[in-house]
Amino acid sequence: MSEQSFIEKFEVTAVNKDGSQKLFQAPKKIYPKRVEGTFRQLKWVIMTLTLAVYYITPWLRWDRGPFAPDQAVLVDIANRRFYFFFIEIWPQEFFYVAGLLIMAGIGLFLVTSVWGRVWCGYACPQTVWVDLFLLVERFVEGDRNQRIKLDESKWSFSKLKKKFLKHSAWLFIALLTGGAWIFYFADAPTLARDFFTFNAPLVAYTTVLILTTTTYLFGGFMKEQVCTYMCPWPRIQAAMLDENSLVVTYNDYRGEPRTAHQKQALASGEPVGDCIDCNKCVVVCPMGIDIRDGQQLECITCALCIDACDGVMDKIKKPRGLISYATLFEYDKAMAGEPVEQSVPILFRPRTLVYSAIWALAGLSMLFVLATRSRLDVNVLHDRNPLAVQLKDGSVRNGYTVKILNMEPKQHKALLKFDGLANAKMRLEGMKGQVFTAGDLVSLDLEPDQLHVLKVYITIGQSHLPNSDQDFYFHAEILKSKEQHKTNTKFHLKK
Amino acid sequence: MTNSNEIDEISGTNTTGHEWDGIRELDTPMPRWWLYTFYITIIWAIGYSILYPAIPLLSGNTKGTLGYSSRGELADSITAAQQGQSQLRAKITASSLQDIKADPQLFSYAKAGGQAAFKVNCVQCHGSGAEGAKGNPNLNDDDWLWGGSLDAIYQTISHGIRFEQDDDTRTSEMPAFGRDEMLEPAQIDQLTTFVMSLAGKEQQDTSSTGAKLFKDNCASCHGDKGAGNRDFGAPSLADQIWLYGADKATIVQSIHNSRNGVMPAWSHRLDELTIKQLAIYVHSLGGGE
Repeated sequence: MSEQSFIEKFEVTAVNKDGSQKLFQAPKKIYPKRVEGTFRQLKWVIMTLTLAVYYITPWLRWDRGPFAPDQAVLVDIANRRFYFFFIEIWPQEFFYVAGLLIMAGIGLFLVTSVWGRVWCGYACPQTVWVDLFLLVERFVEGDRNQRIKLDESKWSFSKLKKKFLKHSAWLFIALLTGGAWIFYFADAPTLARDFFTFNAPLVAYTTVLILTTTTYLFGGFMKEQVCTYMCPWPRIQAAMLDENSLVVTYNDYRGEPRTAHQKQALASGEPVGDCIDCNKCVVVCPMGIDIRDGQQLECITCALCIDACDGVMDKIKKPRGLISYATLFEYDKAMAGEPVEQSVPILFRPRTLVYSAIWALAGLSMLFVLATRSRLDVNVLHDRNPLAVQLKDGSVRNGYTVKILNMEPKQHKALLKFDGLANAKMRLEGMKGQVFTAGDLVSLDLEPDQLHVLKVYITIGQSHLPNSDQDFYFHAEILKSKEQHKTNTKFHLKK
Repeated sequence: MTNSNEIDEISGTNTTGHEWDGIRELDTPMPRWWLYTFYITIIWAIGYSILYPAIPLLSGNTKGTLGYSSRGELADSITAAQQGQSQLRAKITASSLQDIKADPQLFSYAKAGGQAAFKVNCVQCHGSGAEGAKGNPNLNDDDWLWGGSLDAIYQTISHGIRFEQDDDTRTSEMPAFGRDEMLEPAQIDQLTTFVMSLAGKEQQDTSSTGAKLFKDNCASCHGDKGAGNRDFGAPSLADQIWLYGADKATIVQSIHNSRNGVMPAWSHRLDELTIKQLAIYVHSLGGGE
């Protein structure tokens, strides 16, 4: 018996034994190649437009008179106002913003169910800025092959110069991006002056710093990682797409079997598809995927592979559209050998109709509320502690804080009265000796775009006291516009 | 559990081995930067634990090298706020109460400050809405024992009422007519009925015994018609406000034992600014004169 037989042998496998099991994966760097074509043109146009809107908007002016800022779009957090051209929103009207968000959400659903992930491919800031960063990269370092070579080459002065130039340009764009954001929250020209003379508030500098960093990181380094791993939308959109949604499709019934040696294959009598396996669709893809593998989570449907493939098809004198925007429905039909008409998204189906209806309902109701909204509001806060005060002569007094909101940036004269309460007398703090009875008008000067607060006391004499608490109302009217507002409140007898 | 090494054909990645109705879960590797983000949070946490209070000890906790505490932050922001308001505060301290009332900015600041101080110092007796209670006057109404002008209120808050520790306190003493046997119980009963008639709660004409008793014993302070006298803090007996209650038993008790409510003086505890703010606030409650 050998010694070893005394030692027990365990049935166990080391946890890291299985070499193929990787917990983490380093991203592979993608070098998208430049491509020309219809969709590339469209992307340039949309990129220019969206960037222009982003950078120019805060500098647009809109005259609102002397009592309001003249910036067309301004989120004035310090003064709690939001300005959008002719619309001014007070904090209590913030539901308009909620409504807009609902419309944006439903609108995205609608667009996705018809045209697929066009938001991802064309309009998403991540896509737009990555496109811009790639443009810079291509300008400085050259196209795909040159960039790969540069990255593989040893460090030299020219490589250092190129890298330095690229990162400086990226940082500059990032700074402009972060910088533009703060102008939405303050008067742009003033803030710009303050910013460069170091007089701007700290929050402006921190905001710029944070947004510059995120833009630089997301646009320059994270790129497709943001879409694949960080953004929830690719996951959600899987539920938004159906067989009638346009997606970028490789028409494999036409392309397969693919071969790079068409002539040889034809000569040997093998079946040959249109795809010549040139991989052009892969090298242009900003996500670095192969669309010929079918629909994938990573695909942002930017359609650059369509442009690439169409160019190749033109050269080899085959019809365009080997890769095309197509619905699953069309693809299945073509697969079955049935004739397919030109891809036209089916606009009217229950799903899109429901989305459109919700979208329009939100939009129309907001428009209606906006068009009929009052720029005068009266809030009445009854003193709660005590509710009622008994006075020497046995009369009972109630106190109210009446807040009159003049939501227009204009000086107004207004009339306030109370009514519906017999034998009551009203006194106002700061208007000594003046007594008003029901229906009497108190003349007020309302400051532009301000809250006018009044402390009001209403007293009913002992002999006229009602048997129970009484409902009555305050009523305010703006002299010029005749806009009026009535607010109900109560007169209490006991504290 | 099936074999966890099984590889999914389409994606080429491992499966976790979990399977539901033929659907297997992929074990896709996480991106590496995700791991780095995790490391960064760990480094952040270490830095944070050093700089800020973080680790609980047997008594208390580590303080952190920055010396931060939320209590300290509050104290700092209060100091900063007070410094920001120092001009207003200095102006209120220097101005007369009438001037403060006439200046809308000073008035609203003093009123707000007074309200805050009231909530700390006064609500215990006068109630959170200054609505008062039995023996503690309601400050919202127009009935004032010692005067309801700004100056009178200021005087009352500063020096209190019948507050022996303050030399300037205002004081008076109602005799305990019953307890000290100055009046017979029957006389107190008659007197009470007359007192109640002053406020219209009973009918008794002025030629009655009660009226005579009132003239002899009470009128010197409360006045012939029971209108009261603020010099002595003698309440009006002819109005509808009764500090201790308007029922007969309570009034009998008041005459028998007398009532001598005490309010503490605040000039020893509160600064000039706070007392002025309190006077403005109390005066603004609706009954100020």
